[in-house]
Amino acid sequence: MASLDVSGLRKSFGPTHVLHGIDLAVEDGEMIVIVGASGCGKSTLLRIVAGLETATSGSIRIAGREVTALEPAERDIAMVFQNYALYPHMSVEQNMAYGLKIRGLPKAEITRRVAEAAGLLGIEALLGRRPRQLSGGQRQRVAMGRAIVREPKLFLFDEPLSNLDAKLRVQMRAEIRRLQRRLGVTSLFVTHDQTEAMTLGDRLVVMHAGHAAQIATPMEIWARPADTYVAGFIGSPAMNFLEGTLAEGGQAVALKAGPVLRFADGPRAGGEGMPLTVGIRPEHVELAEGGILLPLDLVEPLGSETVLHGRLPGGEALVVKLAGPAPDAPSLPVALPAAALHVFDGETGKRLDP
Amino acid sequence: MRKTVFKGTALPLLLLAPQLAITAIFFLWPAGAAIWQSLLQEDPWGMSSEFVGLRNFTEVLAQPEWRGAAYNTLIFSSAVAILAMGTALFLAVQADKSIRGANIYRTLLIWPYAVAPAVAAVLWLFLFHPSIGLVGRALNEAGIAWDYKLNGNQAMLLIIIAAAWKQVSYNFIFFLAGLQSIPRSVLEAAAIDGARPVRRFWTIILPLLSPTAFFLLVVNLVYAFFDTFGVIHALTGGGPGKATETLIYKVYVEGVQNVNLGSSSAQSVILMVLVIALTAVQFRFIERKVHY
Amino acid sequence: MRRYWPHVWLLLGVLVFATPIYITLIGSTHDASTIGRGDVPLLPGSHAAENYASAWLRGGAGRFTVSPAWRMMLNSTIMALCIAVGKIVISLLSAYAVVFFSFPGRMIAFWTIFMTLMLPVEVRIIPTYQVIVSLDLFNSMAGLTIPLIASATATLLFRQFFLTIPEEYVEAAKMDGASPMRFFRDILLPLSVTNIAALFVILFIYGWNQYLWPLLVVNDRNLETIVVGMAKMIGNGDAQNEWNVIMAMAVLALLPPVAVVIFMQRWFLKGLTETEK
Repeated sequence: MASLDVSGLRKSFGPTHVLHGIDLAVEDGEMIVIVGASGCGKSTLLRIVAGLETATSGSIRIAGREVTALEPAERDIAMVFQNYALYPHMSVEQNMAYGLKIRGLPKAEITRRVAEAAGLLGIEALLGRRPRQLSGGQRQRVAMGRAIVREPKLFLFDEPLSNLDAKLRVQMRAEIRRLQRRLGVTSLFVTHDQTEAMTLGDRLVVMHAGHAAQIATPMEIWARPADTYVAGFIGSPAMNFLEGTLAEGGQAVALKAGPVLRFADGPRAGGEGMPLTVGIRPEHVELAEGGILLPLDLVEPLGSETVLHGRLPGGEALVVKLAGPAPDAPSLPVALPAAALHVFDGETGKRLDP
Repeated sequence: MRKTVFKGTALPLLLLAPQLAITAIFFLWPAGAAIWQSLLQEDPWGMSSEFVGLRNFTEVLAQPEWRGAAYNTLIFSSAVAILAMGTALFLAVQADKSIRGANIYRTLLIWPYAVAPAVAAVLWLFLFHPSIGLVGRALNEAGIAWDYKLNGNQAMLLIIIAAAWKQVSYNFIFFLAGLQSIPRSVLEAAAIDGARPVRRFWTIILPLLSPTAFFLLVVNLVYAFFDTFGVIHALTGGGPGKATETLIYKVYVEGVQNVNLGSSSAQSVILMVLVIALTAVQFRFIERKVHY
Repeated sequence: MRRYWPHVWLLLGVLVFATPIYITLIGSTHDASTIGRGDVPLLPGSHAAENYASAWLRGGAGRFTVSPAWRMMLNSTIMALCIAVGKIVISLLSAYAVVFFSFPGRMIAFWTIFMTLMLPVEVRIIPTYQVIVSLDLFNSMAGLTIPLIASATATLLFRQFFLTIPEEYVEAAKMDGASPMRFFRDILLPLSVTNIAALFVILFIYGWNQYLWPLLVVNDRNLETIVVGMAKMIGNGDAQNEWNVIMAMAVLALLPPVAVVIFMQRWFLKGLTETEK
């Protein structure tokens, strides 16, 4: 168990810059989820921490020890791979024991650790089997077991749930979280799935185009996204974005769609007429008599909730999520509550706070 | 190229050392020597040699014997390729029709591949020998003067049969695999479009099989050029006269029996160019197949 | 009737293919005079034991003397095994180096090996022979086998296979702390077993059937191989030859590779179709 410090990490392949200086401090026992769309650099970051790729510049410290130049095996880490990477010709037991055998641990110690991990994961009955005789969920557990027996300082997870079907994924997600809490091992978890990220992480790193767009707890990211990218990436259905300009001396936004909305939390700095992007989550849009009339072009009933798709008078799309069924009408009047607005700079996309 | 590799330079070079050493000593050095010697002329006693440029090549290419060998090679190779591929395709089409029997027939037809060319030659000799062979004697009794040791055309025919016999297995395996990989649905669609079996064969099966056929053509030609040395050496020794002397056989005769190094080397170099051209054609084709 | 035609044609094909072997097998059970007279029988005779005994223990006698079959088959076996095992070992090693390492000269090494594809032994007979003589390898098992051991085909096959090995195995092995040679031994070799078996079948046949090269670099009777020895017994194909013994010898010469193909058919087919990709 240990802390992980990443500072000023850059990576480029020739002229292409994949990581533009990542700083990240992970505390002892913390579970950090790195989330982002494909190509954002999240896997590269993980692989550099693992030692499978070398950084162009920057440093990595595990438990205060500089490991930037070390081989993966010397970093005292364990990794769970996307395809599990179980050696197909070895039994489950041999797979789990292989790393320990190479390290030259005594046989009794190896047996003890494998038995312990197998007990923890409930795979004692599978120890004699080959990987291809296992189901997806069982393979996943063995891959975890292989990491656990090493008793590493740091766990790395590279999208380990993406090959499972939806139901199993939810189940394994909870299992990983419980296990990680119980073992208290510092962990880095990479995924492209925002639900997975929100449910698993103590804190999230939202990656975008080689930058860490935001590093914060799931709830903070949801409540106060740092920019339009993070705002749009986290939350489902995605946040609505409406164009507007700063008005009334910074007290309000004049939407392109018509209405002028006063900020609930105070004025924003900036000149009159400065372009803004206003975000509002679909679940925060309300139905209100006398609101803006939203003609609907699609209604998606999901049982406990309903998702409405429509277009505002200015032509901007607006998605509304209602609890329960929606009134049967071709268009509905909607209101955008001031307290639920997220205000972003219209040019840079950065969050603007009062 | 893989993403993840091991570090180090000494270890991979050490791993490559045996292969590279053998390649350098037994491939590159002799190939270089062949090219060098092809530019030299040795005096008859092998005491000295002088640089003669491309004279060996012009002499070889002008030689009626060499041209005769080239002609023989052409006849022999195309006959072997056509006979071996035609027979194999015919049998593969028949085997493909019987779904259950295909594998049994494959087992019964593939073993000639394992027979050495020289042994194949001897097996056919036992059949076609003019006085002890079953077929040879039958031909003579039927009034056809059959003696491959006297008649050049008959000798050529015999080595063609022996060489093709061995190669049919190989072609059969590939044609059958090619046929079996044609989706049944395509053939069924053609049947519903009203194409009768024969038409289906010419308009659907054969075009889809053409990559296999082209690949086999190159393989068969290379086989006929080089691997059939044993057939000719064991059966006819290039004779009667020089009726069955192919290019590769002539290199052997020139170098081993006549010890004419300059000329033999020039002929080797010509053959090398031929192999390189065939390999290049084959690889261009493989590249195309990838995009097919 | 129509659905029987394929079987008729195929059985006819099988028959034509088997005829030369059948005649040879039958011939090897008759005495020399029966064959020499030209009364080719179609049923087995009663001289099998003595013909095979002569071939096995005495070999070729008279004008075309060759070693006894037991010695020639032993030589052929050693030669075929050396070639097959040698090719597999050095190809595994070089494919491993080319695929799993990044080092200066990697591409040069690869193309050097690749070039050997274009230089079959037949086109460089004489100069290779001269190299053998100058290295004092004439009339030796080493001279017979080593020059045939370099193999672009096998290297390419293993390279192709290694490239399909998931990236994660290498990474997992690195995580487990496996050294390169440990990875090779513990992970790569076990995964390559079927490829090795398939290649072995093809290469054993290739080695056993060598003709031109043994003809050239060996004239010591103790190193004679059976394919060359058997062909030697034919001489000019005179009717007075000891045909019964020659036929027995031919059967012995083709038996091992044919048995390998038939009994290891699965690997043979795999090896054949994959080496040609």
